[in-house]
Amino acid sequence: MSPQEIYEKLKKDFGDLVTELVDVPQTDPYIRVQPSAVFDICHSLRDDAGLEFDYLMSLSGTDLGEQLGVVYHLYSMHHRHKIVIKTEVSKENPLVPSVERLWRSADWHEREAWDLLGIRFDGHHNHIRILLPYDWEGHPLRKDYQAPETYHGMKVS
Amino acid sequence: MGLLNKLDDPYEGGGIVLGKVEELLNWGRSKSDWYLHFGLACCAIEFMAMNASHFDFMRFGTIPRTSPRQADFIMITGTVTFKMADRIKVLYEQMAEPKYVISVGSCSNSGGPYWEHGYHVLKGVDLIIPVDVYIPGCPPRPEAFEEGMIQLQKKISQQAIFNKRKKLGIE
Repeated sequence: MSPQEIYEKLKKDFGDLVTELVDVPQTDPYIRVQPSAVFDICHSLRDDAGLEFDYLMSLSGTDLGEQLGVVYHLYSMHHRHKIVIKTEVSKENPLVPSVERLWRSADWHEREAWDLLGIRFDGHHNHIRILLPYDWEGHPLRKDYQAPETYHGMKVS
Repeated sequence: MGLLNKLDDPYEGGGIVLGKVEELLNWGRSKSDWYLHFGLACCAIEFMAMNASHFDFMRFGTIPRTSPRQADFIMITGTVTFKMADRIKVLYEQMAEPKYVISVGSCSNSGGPYWEHGYHVLKGVDLIIPVDVYIPGCPPRPEAFEEGMIQLQKKISQQAIFNKRKKLGIE
């Protein structure tokens, strides 16, 4: 399926929850969706006949300044097509449904996005930090992050 | 070492060596250093080359140990993050005296590329444990490891065991 066909199929099933398709030469074509519908859209991307995205290549978090973003790179081993799903959440309440139940590879990726950017994933079975120490404060990859003076009595910078 | 040279001219041909007990002990100590390898980054990869047959780190009498209780020195090879800094401190404190530290590579010596910025890297392992030998490089070549090991052996062989306080001028 081409990105246009995938977008039209999603648009037919989910209506306004699927915002737009961006297909420009600089990037992979991506579909922007509402954060509340991420789980349902991903579920149908994985299971619907013709789509069958059985492989989550990458799940990354981004700081877009005003908002936080989550990017899903999907690939279908079966049909050999791929698509990118993007969603944006506010910094005050960065809550995105977890897709860890759909693709097990999302487990650590979501923990990383939580650890470094503070995006919360609703429904994750083990929602803890993955890279930084458990008692670390703040999420360092946010643009407005201020590093602490010391950590356990050691000077940070 | 001075001790072995004395065997060339044994006392009245009887194979007797005259020397100080301290020298003998230090000779033994400096030639059989067991180490705890704390590999953290690319320096640890270089250290693997050092351990392999071509450069043969074991000819210095070193044997890798997996327990700090059995180790004479600890080798910090790589970027020390704050998460690992706590662990290094615990492992160092678990080692039995006398104990030594070799810090390998720019990151471990001073923070390396993270020397000024970076929220996660300790700016030199000497901020938490006392370092005896620094090996510079990013990562160091095996020749640098050899030189570092020779420097550590030199340091150990010159250490005072008896009348320490007197020799150091304390009291």
